Amino acid sequence: MNSRESILQAIRKLPKEEKNLPELPEFGNNSDLLAEFCEAITRNAGEVLLSEEFKKWMNENPLEKVISLVAAYSSYSTQAIPEDPHALDSLDLAIVEAQFGVAENGAMWLDEASLSHRVLPFIAEHLVIVLRRTHLFPTLHQAYAQLQGTSTGFGVFVAGPSKTADIEQSLVIGAQGAKSLRVVLVD
Amino acid sequence: MNHPQAAAAFLKDQARASWHDETLWYVRDKRDVASKRLPEWEDLRTLASDIKEHTLSQLDYYLEKFEEKALENGIRVHWAKDAEEHNQIVLQILQSKECKALVKSKSILTEECHLNPFLEKNGIAVVDSDLGERIVQFLNQPPSHIVLPAIHLKKKEIAELFHEKLGTEKGNEDPKYLTDAARIHLREKFLSAKVAITGVNFGIAETGEFVVCTNEGNADMGVHLAEVHIACMGIEKIIPRRKDLGVFLRLLARSATGQSITTYSSHFRSPRKGKEIHLILVDNGRTAQLSRSTYRSSLKCIRCGACMNTCPIYRRSGGFSYGSTVPGPIGSILSPGLDLKKYSTLPFASTLCGSCTDVCPVKINIHEQLYAWRQEITKAQGWSGKELSIKLAKGIFTSPLAYRVSGKILRAALKSLPNSLIYHPVNLWGKGRDLPQAPASTFSEWYQKNRS
Repeated sequence: MNSRESILQAIRKLPKEEKNLPELPEFGNNSDLLAEFCEAITRNAGEVLLSEEFKKWMNENPLEKVISLVAAYSSYSTQAIPEDPHALDSLDLAIVEAQFGVAENGAMWLDEASLSHRVLPFIAEHLVIVLRRTHLFPTLHQAYAQLQGTSTGFGVFVAGPSKTADIEQSLVIGAQGAKSLRVVLVD
Repeated sequence: MNHPQAAAAFLKDQARASWHDETLWYVRDKRDVASKRLPEWEDLRTLASDIKEHTLSQLDYYLEKFEEKALENGIRVHWAKDAEEHNQIVLQILQSKECKALVKSKSILTEECHLNPFLEKNGIAVVDSDLGERIVQFLNQPPSHIVLPAIHLKKKEIAELFHEKLGTEKGNEDPKYLTDAARIHLREKFLSAKVAITGVNFGIAETGEFVVCTNEGNADMGVHLAEVHIACMGIEKIIPRRKDLGVFLRLLARSATGQSITTYSSHFRSPRKGKEIHLILVDNGRTAQLSRSTYRSSLKCIRCGACMNTCPIYRRSGGFSYGSTVPGPIGSILSPGLDLKKYSTLPFASTLCGSCTDVCPVKINIHEQLYAWRQEITKAQGWSGKELSIKLAKGIFTSPLAYRVSGKILRAALKSLPNSLIYHPVNLWGKGRDLPQAPASTFSEWYQKNRS
């Protein structure tokens, strides 16, 4: 008997107990999703900007290597998307669009279809996520209801910049992923 | 493995022990704040517990469903009955890819299987890519906490270590500076690794996908640059539906560190074009634990570490004192199932205060299971020092004469005997505790004199 069979057999021979799978109730309310979202991003050490503020920041902080996958900001791109993701190593900034955000924790869903390379939002030194202010859900429950039926090969909730507290519990922003996160709210 | 002895060694450095205690309590505090922000917190715990109970009651069905969906998605699925088979499967994949160096993100399962030493023996270099794990790996130590691997170390030690290993400035203890140095060091490893290994937080039977949560982004940096992603998953990590993630991801980070969610929650359903994902489903004692009705619910654990942060014993004895991959209260009910003899002292490393049960996001009755293990271990061991004392006490309390006489003798003895005799190693309760001052008279003597 192979291991697959022996594991399944070991489970099957146990006495069966009927335990129901609970249905999930509705949680969360729609009070002020935008305010809650902004507060969550700030708590996660990210920053929320309006489009004008973002443009100003880009002008004041010229970066050498930028890839924008968002049409409205395509003029900021300084290079084409490489074929090999390893070539993204020295990328200063990636600008990508989230499909939606979650107010309770600031998490934003990035489908791989909007990333060109799965590693893009992680490998870039700095990350900008563009989000429609109306595309907000109160909690992860509504977010997963939205995702029901989609079958992307890879998707990720990003809620802030990469961080660690592994040295004496001191919070350090910028561990192995992007060192900063800016969320640009658009209409 | 002897918990009291190892704990005594940890407590020798009083300043460090106090720091450890306070730091973990601080994390527990953050968990409280985060949980109280959600009015539905208790409902979520109940849901999470019920979902896991249900899944465990039909684990064969969900495993098969998960496998079927994962295969449809192009994931290669392997089954391992124990640690050895798991390690062999990993090695075979590495050999077929002619891979000599790999990156690995946090995976308690691979620690449990002792994968690193096995691979190193076979000539493969493993780089743990989580900062805390890299630190303990440099020191040749296991993690001392499942979420905070290097919580037992001070920044001075890490600065010295990085000076030696990564060439950082001598004496520079700034956590930001040290983290930056590790970032540069690990970046190079990510860029050159052909294979990346991760653990799995949740496997979803409905879709055949799995979810990996990190704050550092190290798991994603590894797998999206590698040709092969090997995901190692305990069979109890299955949940039925994608929407169940809403319940578990809301509980996990809040319970672990007080964050509302980890920075990255990555959902893997199929490999990149031309690349491979291998998923290894590991038993290694889990079906045996499932068959023990008293302890089966320990398999509901989602590895948040909240029970460790709250435990008065864990905080004051350190993760290494448990000598098991998963330390703390949850480790003390899981490990005896793996090796009762080796881990026989762990269920006693508890005050049975029940705080672990109170904070557990999936409502495992940890302290009751600790108590149940004690019954089994005591029965198996027979005679013990404490048991003898209890028998003696029973004799004294059942005979009024013995009670009166022994009271007098003990009061006199406590006053006149030297401490070296009172706190003799035979008196287990005298360890780390002061005996009370003996009163001048018994209560009945006092009553006779004052009230009669």
